[in-house]
Amino acid sequence: MYDKHIIYPDSLHNLADNGGFALGVRLPYYRGQPLSVVEDIAVKVDGAAVPREQVRFSVRGKTWTLDQLEENTAERWEFGEVAEVSVVQAGGLAAGAHDVEVGVQLRISYLPWSPLTTCTRRETIAA
Amino acid sequence: MNPTHNIKRGVSLYSYQYETFLRKMTLDDCIAHAAGLGARGIEVVSEQSFTHFPDVPQAEIDGFFASLEKHGAYAQCHDMFLDTKLYKHRKLNFDEMVASMQRDLRFAHRLGCKTMRVIVNTPPEVVVACVPLAEELDIRMGIEVHSPFHFDQPWILRYTELTRATGSDHVGYIPDMGMYIKDYPPVFRDRFLRMGATPKIVEFILEAHKARVLPDYVIMDIRKMGANPVDLQMAETLRHNIWSNPRRMLEFMPWIFHIHAKFYEIDDTGREPSIPYDEIIPVLIEGGYTGHLSSEYEGQRHIEDAFEVDGREQVKRQQEMFARLLGEKA
Repeated sequence: MYDKHIIYPDSLHNLADNGGFALGVRLPYYRGQPLSVVEDIAVKVDGAAVPREQVRFSVRGKTWTLDQLEENTAERWEFGEVAEVSVVQAGGLAAGAHDVEVGVQLRISYLPWSPLTTCTRRETIAA
Repeated sequence: MNPTHNIKRGVSLYSYQYETFLRKMTLDDCIAHAAGLGARGIEVVSEQSFTHFPDVPQAEIDGFFASLEKHGAYAQCHDMFLDTKLYKHRKLNFDEMVASMQRDLRFAHRLGCKTMRVIVNTPPEVVVACVPLAEELDIRMGIEVHSPFHFDQPWILRYTELTRATGSDHVGYIPDMGMYIKDYPPVFRDRFLRMGATPKIVEFILEAHKARVLPDYVIMDIRKMGANPVDLQMAETLRHNIWSNPRRMLEFMPWIFHIHAKFYEIDDTGREPSIPYDEIIPVLIEGGYTGHLSSEYEGQRHIEDAFEVDGREQVKRQQEMFARLLGEKA
């Protein structure tokens, strides 16, 4: 569900400090969720997987690592809300087009498995 | 109003989720659309319609009430969830589950809802423990009997046994009409074909569905035919989208508080091609059902890959079908 809308269109950009890149990501689900049920946000760029430790998640001005996210039951990722998912990677991405894949895995209490929903988009880093 | 029944119409705002997600419809737009169709009973998936659940900012609640009043609608049902797997390393314990459900009862009360949808994974013991608060707040709790569950399925039988023992008239059922998939939904079929299902295996599955072949047997049969993963995924839907007898609702009617009028598509002829509402609604009339038929459009997830989703048009078509089947004067 919402597969093709996970990546917010034309949101890929390098971070201002040149220490990585970021993009807008929406929750592929019909209700907002506590952060603790977000088991994974897997990012791939041009076919290469980003190590989980390098991924950061931000909503409403607060930022977590993916491990920290799993411990947070107080804050939520709201329905339709665009989170910023950033990747710590010195120098960011080269200018030009990149194929970006984002897979969001959620622990849904009434399902006996954790659904993984994936989105791929060609995004561009401005020169 | 037709004198032979007192069935009311409503809409679950779940139906407009796609447009809401994409910020093409506001909460006020959703309520306005439903009420404009004469479907005045509003059901909310609160964690979709509001932020910071359960501590929803008062301004959002005030806005909700203002929209209801403006459009001549009313809050009817709050859809509750139980995050038993909130924590990574352990499940919620009994007291935590009861506290979570009580929190939802209080939230439903805050919204002015007299009915609360209980998600099917809620243990019946937890529901029973919440009966005193439900009675105090005068909120009727209905477990969502949702395909592949049905009234004679063991989990629901156990729920019935434990909840009926309370003697309370505040605990019962919200049947989801997705357990009455009489014909295989065309939107499912077409999506699997787009995903790469094998046409002759798709035909085989549709024929087997018509013949009511046990889903496990269908899966075994298509494996022998060389089914690909998409074919198997399609056959799996037979397990999860069941046909059962709508007349089974009659026995439970005193405890049926609300109906999730699930639908996947209303076609150009004004029919739901898979769920026979022309068979279901007469059963509800016969049983003296007095609650709401709450539109729950769930076709969006089956067409979004290839088509524009139009929740408004779909809800409008279903409500027109209801008005016709309920004998409302045009």
